[in-house]
Amino acid sequence: MKNIDIRKHILVPEHSKLTKQEIQELLEKYNITLNDLPKILLTDSAIEKLSVKSGDVIKIIRNSPTAGTSIYYRVVTNE
Amino acid sequence: MNNLFKKYEEELPLKVINDLKEKLPKKISEAKLKKILEETTIEYNKMLVQPGESVGLVAAESIGEPGTQMTLNTFHFAGVAEMNVTMGLPRIIEILDGKKNISTPMTEIYLKKPYNQGKDIKKLALSIKETTLKEIVSEFVVDVAESKIEVKLDEKKMQEISVDYPAIQKSIKANFKELALSKKGDVITLKLNEKEKELNQLFKTKERIKEIYVQGIKGITQVLPIKKGNEFLIITAGTNLKKILELDFVDKTRTISNSVFEIASILGVEAARQVIINEVYKVIENQGLNVDIRHLMLVADTMCATGTVKGVTRYGVVKEKSSVLARASFETPIKHIFNASLIGEVDNLSSVVENVMLNQPVPVGTGLPGLVTKVKRS
Repeated sequence: MKNIDIRKHILVPEHSKLTKQEIQELLEKYNITLNDLPKILLTDSAIEKLSVKSGDVIKIIRNSPTAGTSIYYRVVTNE
Repeated sequence: MNNLFKKYEEELPLKVINDLKEKLPKKISEAKLKKILEETTIEYNKMLVQPGESVGLVAAESIGEPGTQMTLNTFHFAGVAEMNVTMGLPRIIEILDGKKNISTPMTEIYLKKPYNQGKDIKKLALSIKETTLKEIVSEFVVDVAESKIEVKLDEKKMQEISVDYPAIQKSIKANFKELALSKKGDVITLKLNEKEKELNQLFKTKERIKEIYVQGIKGITQVLPIKKGNEFLIITAGTNLKKILELDFVDKTRTISNSVFEIASILGVEAARQVIINEVYKVIENQGLNVDIRHLMLVADTMCATGTVKGVTRYGVVKEKSSVLARASFETPIKHIFNASLIGEVDNLSSVVENVMLNQPVPVGTGLPGLVTKVKRS
């Protein structure tokens, strides 16, 4: 799709990439492994411009009607 | 004062903090504010769902019970003017089952600044609509003797959707390369070539010409300009979000479709999750029912957990369960057990259903924690 920045769309929350260290902290905080996180496809159009590879963790800051903003994490997968 | 709020940003959700900021008097002593924040944090933590609470079950009950009331309203169509929209239980089933082809796809097109004031909105709307040749033709005349078709165009209708003769001729030519075209006044004459002079072929061609695409966006079958608040927007039946977002006058940040899969492919899985919540909530609200939105959020999160939208069916969410017995207990048990035994699948009995089957405590509530003791070696 040409010339359309979908990141500005009201339905698309802010996506950002976590650093290696942040991933480590996240996994320790919740005592989980990467496989326990929800997934996002490598081809997902919301992370097109983040130059991610499989295994990265995406932090999503959602607008929530109940909490104002809520933070969600997804791990990038190939499939 | 702001520093104090900042300290609690980790512990309290943004909305609670904003509510506090709004409701508290502007002049408040630091000590008092601190006390209030402490108290709020304690109360907030009390309200949180306990680990081990079976939230899925509660969500299923909370959506299912009002759903039984809804069955009375099944298959009613709430209409926006002449346009039909699937509402009620069929729509909820459609969304939660993750149907790819929904029964009434729709787009809400918001327009950019000068266009949303209502000037020429009808023209804009019609230029989006997929128009076929038969809609701008007043008469088809089939001349059997000379095996030619005369297409008499309706100029008024052409002006309405702003197309001209060359554009029409071009689109006919693109579809029927073998026809000889000629134009005289408002009549376009099409002549079949010598080889295909049969009568049968002539009528077949006439029918095919009717369906030639002239202009607009493919898939948009109906358009309806409406006024919402103080701006105009266009509602369409049929969707083609990708093409619509490419148009110049469309507000690319607010235009949405009601097709979950279309949104997922264009705007990503997070947007799809939001659409699931919005659409289900819209139906429930429309029926005058009251379901807490958190239940819908849980369902939507589950449906989108794998990165693609999965329906709550045996092919979708249930298939993702790790336990064989849990899958088998839902639908088509024999198939699941056969397949599991063929590949030697292992069931860790970590979820609810399989433990119920084996008459063991389920890992829910007080059944969740395990006990670890040191065994004394003698």
